[in-house]
Amino acid sequence: MEEKNKGYLDMELLRFTTAGSVDDGKSTLIGRLLYDSKAIFEDQMEAIERSSKKKGEEHVNLALLTDGLRAEREQGITIDVAYRYFATPKRKFIIADTPGHIQYTRNMVTGASTANLAIILIDARNGVIEQTLRHSFIASLLRIPHIIVCINKMDLVEYKEERYEEIKQQFMTFAPKLDVQDVRFIPISALKGDNIVNRSEKTPWYNGATLLYTLENVYIGSDQNHIDGRFPVQYVVRPQSAEFHDYRGYAGKIEGGIFNVGDKVSVLPSGLSSKIKSIDLFKETLKTAAKPQSVTITLEDEIDISRGDMIVKPNSFPKSSQEIELMVCWFNEKPLMHKGKYSLKHTSKDVRCMITEINYKVNVDTLESDYEDKNIEMNDIAKISIKTTAPLFFDSYRKNRNTGSLILIDEATNETVAAGMII
Amino acid sequence: MNNKIVINHLRELESESIHVIREVAAQFETPALLFSGGKDSIVMFHLARKAFYPAKVPFPLLHIDTGHNFEETISFRDRLAKETGTELIVKYVQDTIDKGRAVEETGVNASRNLLQTITLLDAIEDLKLDAAMGGGRRDEEKARAKERFFSHRDDFGQWDPKNQRPELWTLYNGKKKMGEHFRIFPISNWTEMDVWQYIYMENIDIPSLYFTHKRKVFKRDGAWMATASFMKLKEDEVVVEKDVRCRTIGDITNTGVTLSKANKLEDIIAEVAATRTTERGDRADDKRSEAAMEDRKKEGYF
Repeated sequence: MEEKNKGYLDMELLRFTTAGSVDDGKSTLIGRLLYDSKAIFEDQMEAIERSSKKKGEEHVNLALLTDGLRAEREQGITIDVAYRYFATPKRKFIIADTPGHIQYTRNMVTGASTANLAIILIDARNGVIEQTLRHSFIASLLRIPHIIVCINKMDLVEYKEERYEEIKQQFMTFAPKLDVQDVRFIPISALKGDNIVNRSEKTPWYNGATLLYTLENVYIGSDQNHIDGRFPVQYVVRPQSAEFHDYRGYAGKIEGGIFNVGDKVSVLPSGLSSKIKSIDLFKETLKTAAKPQSVTITLEDEIDISRGDMIVKPNSFPKSSQEIELMVCWFNEKPLMHKGKYSLKHTSKDVRCMITEINYKVNVDTLESDYEDKNIEMNDIAKISIKTTAPLFFDSYRKNRNTGSLILIDEATNETVAAGMII
Repeated sequence: MNNKIVINHLRELESESIHVIREVAAQFETPALLFSGGKDSIVMFHLARKAFYPAKVPFPLLHIDTGHNFEETISFRDRLAKETGTELIVKYVQDTIDKGRAVEETGVNASRNLLQTITLLDAIEDLKLDAAMGGGRRDEEKARAKERFFSHRDDFGQWDPKNQRPELWTLYNGKKKMGEHFRIFPISNWTEMDVWQYIYMENIDIPSLYFTHKRKVFKRDGAWMATASFMKLKEDEVVVEKDVRCRTIGDITNTGVTLSKANKLEDIIAEVAATRTTERGDRADDKRSEAAMEDRKKEGYF
């Protein structure tokens, strides 16, 4: 196999999300990344050229690449999270392109939930606006480890360094209110391609990396929790065949830490201990496995384990409780009901819960907590307390995004009504 | 011990897909895996085997057969099911037509592609399936780009793209009412290149149609098409023999073939890397209108 193809087998995966207001040029930026990294195919390009012409647009409208639904093309807006893919020799990228309208906050939260990195777009003419604050807050609430603030449409402010610095300062004044570890700024023009893939000659005052270089090189190795061993059991594998008569494997995805054959483990909720006998993946047996691998684990001792149980490393137990405090983002037209009952999904566990308290609502424009207004409606973010029908085994969301997250489901409509981040 | 864990993107995609497939087995009573014999469904089946090994795959394969197949696809399908001891259910579009539930299209571009939807929805009802897993990928088409892993369908099998359940982290909500079902797309996040690289990495057996072979073909709307007894030729279309391979192996009536001498996976991968059109670019079914895929999906297409 040729060298360049071999390299493909060593690529890392980076998931990122893009947030911006309606006219910040987000779809254009994505179109630009796809186009310049040659991820757009000729037939796709021809199709959008046809559409652009039909609409009487002067330039090829790269936004049409991502706005796939009929309603989106008709209204010229992005309604739903669209996933896009491109690869460079270093990394494969999954973009969750999320709408910027306030009424679609739920989509932004959805896209952010799996992202390692967020691109926040600011229109250089408008500077930091309410939506910028809201998007940044959601990125920090969902604990996206890396944020790139792209100051876009630099071509419309004559590529002025002063304007770029001014906006950077605006952002930095509220950044302390956010809980983000890694923020970078890049002056770009998505339309003209400045500082996207190639360094722009129009911004000689900018010494930083281009957007693509940053996406390719930002260090994501330490984003995962490799310390606290967490293995929620998803499914019990019992072949009941002659060859594997006594085989009893616990299938699941490692949601934290590293597991090795021979490691001592504890099983929750029983609290019983055992040792890892084998870590299997199809016909391979592994010595070690880590987040986020899907494997099947067998234990030395016969213990009754079923879906919803969790195998953990005894050096660090998760919390176990029926009373949980969390931040929620509300997704449904039906407002959150105080004392209401909901179905709840957490790791591989399904329980029911009751809302015991609505503590406060976050004003996403000022980031202040509002203790008076307790009407939690669509797109609101609030701190609440719940009580579950059975104990959950969890970590704080800050410590582990997978064992610290949950969703609430309306028991009548089965709709997912809230995303929860455990405090 | 070296604590630096590097998991390449293919292993990460594999883990994500296996997790989704196991969720299906855990959350649904009567799931099935839609299997066409094409590379995506072969990868899906491989992932399903990995998810439950050493136990057998705990759900059947379901093939919606248009009758317009490459023969080799069918023998490959039958052999794979037999060798792995997996139940295979085949439902025929011809039966749907014979029962008067669908009317065959006419003309040179006649295809059974749309009719498949009726056969599929009938099969879901007959077999009381509550989840149908497929090898659909978001990179294939722009309406698919908005698809969830767990995609809810109402009791008419319809998709409502504007009102989808938000899907967060790796928590999949498969709750539904009687008569509703889910379409599940475990390899949503894979690209065509990922699929080929994975087939190479895992050494997965695929039909030889994907490799170069001599075949009688003709050109229609700029794409090379394979000939078959049920294909009607236009007057000016001339049949010639060429070295070709299939990029997808769906229904013959709307699957183009590519001129290629690639006879091993490495060559195919290099070819895919250099190609400037999508694999669906040669599929006549998508070209019917800009929202062709969205419209078909709303009605219950794969």
